[in-house]
Amino acid sequence: MTTVTTTAPLPGVKELERSARKSTRTAFRALFLRDITVLRKSLKEFLPRTLLQPFLLVFIFTYVFPKIGQGVGGSGAAAAEFSTRLVAGVIGLSIMFQGIQSVALPMVQEFGYTREIEDRVLAPMPVSLVAIEKVISGAFNGLFAALLVFPIAAIVPATPVHLDINWPILLTLAPLACYMCGALGLTFGTRFDPRTVPMLFGIVVLPLTFLGAIYYSWSSLAPIPWLKVFVLLNPLVYMCEGFRAALTTSEHMSLWAVYPVMIGFSALFTWLGIAGFKKRVLS
Amino acid sequence: MSATGLDPRPASVAHDPDEVIHTDQLTKVYPGDIKAVDALDLSVHRGEIFGLLGPNGAGKTTTAGMLTTRVIPTSGHALVGGVDVVRHPSAAKQVIGVVPQTNTLDRALTVWENLYFHGRFFGMNAKTSKGEATRLLEQFRLSERAQSPVLALSGGMAQRLMVARAIMHRPAILFLDEPTAGLDPQSRIALWDILGELHGDGQTILLTTHYMEEADELCDRLAIIDRGRLLALDTPAALKQSVGIDAMVTVTADGDLDQLARVLRDEIPNATTVEHADDVVRMGVRQIRGVLPKVVDAAERHGFTVSDLSSTEPTLETVFINLTGKDLRE
Repeated sequence: MTTVTTTAPLPGVKELERSARKSTRTAFRALFLRDITVLRKSLKEFLPRTLLQPFLLVFIFTYVFPKIGQGVGGSGAAAAEFSTRLVAGVIGLSIMFQGIQSVALPMVQEFGYTREIEDRVLAPMPVSLVAIEKVISGAFNGLFAALLVFPIAAIVPATPVHLDINWPILLTLAPLACYMCGALGLTFGTRFDPRTVPMLFGIVVLPLTFLGAIYYSWSSLAPIPWLKVFVLLNPLVYMCEGFRAALTTSEHMSLWAVYPVMIGFSALFTWLGIAGFKKRVLS
Repeated sequence: MSATGLDPRPASVAHDPDEVIHTDQLTKVYPGDIKAVDALDLSVHRGEIFGLLGPNGAGKTTTAGMLTTRVIPTSGHALVGGVDVVRHPSAAKQVIGVVPQTNTLDRALTVWENLYFHGRFFGMNAKTSKGEATRLLEQFRLSERAQSPVLALSGGMAQRLMVARAIMHRPAILFLDEPTAGLDPQSRIALWDILGELHGDGQTILLTTHYMEEADELCDRLAIIDRGRLLALDTPAALKQSVGIDAMVTVTADGDLDQLARVLRDEIPNATTVEHADDVVRMGVRQIRGVLPKVVDAAERHGFTVSDLSSTEPTLETVFINLTGKDLRE
């Protein structure tokens, strides 16, 4: 065995910082590589859990309902308009679920039961960047999920879907939405434990999705003014409205609101998530 | 890290290159004014196995936590491999290897992948990390399990894999927190052998334990800790010598054992301590030669029937009782 125990002559501050920066970069990349490997190995579970929900949503609302004459949004042009609007909502929803499923739930397990995270924070990098890496890999999962869901949302509906892709918006909004949901996952993951995680779904995720402008556009809430204002607290609203702008010609919230608020939520969740993470791993 | 309230100091102060750990008045106070570690001064030398021995709750794990960047000290300083662990945790993490109390293996990966990715986290390129992972699995007799999920490993195997992982990046010091707690006797001995081999190769090791046999068997030097304070620090042999007795005599007899203890205190001049504990009388004795017949004689003259009599060399348990007045297991 060739265990080397010699420590180099005492390093100076600059040298330490340089070596820490280098080790941080490599460790960050390696952590990401690990997460991608785990994603690749678990595609069998990833695919059904990612595809089933959007498929059912699209299938029931835009295929079954129109066929049985119970169309949401009326018939003909109105039904097509509904299907088109739903594409954006379903993509937003899928991205948010990835934030929960690929960041929050594993983290709840790692903190509460497996304690694996205790080894991960010993990687030679700042603890806050271990948390950020989780967000980035969650964002990557979200992007991947959105890509998979897109064809379903566009093809399954019985009524034609009129997509009009605005690439500059899509290419900036999708990564931002994925990051925001990864950070949301980090915040949830550090604040729930295995005992309280059913509550996460029951009283957090459920209202977020039903009041997330998935099935309707935000502006259509005009007849219920208090609700229209209340749902502005929901980050999913901005995301779905943003995707509506990126993918359709439907009515949508002003992008001057969508981008700044999503950036603001991203910063808030990152801050809350890192604080929660540090609290859990350092004492 | 100004939030910790530590004095500004140069990141690295002049230190003895053979000193792998140096702590200076290291203290951790938890909320509620609970002093887990109280002004601890330690120095661990290159190549030694150093033990932190003490009962549960003595502050061993908190000390190991501070030295491995997981617990932020309230005051004091700690250098590991010459790096200040509070000011430069990322750099410190490069020179430490840690085997924690609980199984922290990556459940989503195979046995081999656990090592491979550990190597990558610590800056090895893919080729080197692959080679090292395979070599370590052979060295730790886990090659057959290379492609198994880690959940399929027994407790002893998981522990071996965690040791392999911890030394993979060639740390200046290997930390083991209660490494054999919960292991079956066979796995415990296998782990002792592994640590012995690593020690033979020059690996510096710090382990915490509340098993005195483990401390006695493995450690070159020991720090005995209780309630966060360092009570004694020396080689196991010197610690045992320090209690000033040659033997611990245990007398089992019928009757009033407090009375018997008084009799023996009066009649055995070599006895340093005599006490009634756990249905026996325990007596520390200087110069054991010829003492045992005198014990039987004195007991019987006062009407006691001795049913068992034994004499053992002082153990670390004796040392601990001597220092704290209580049993290590309490």
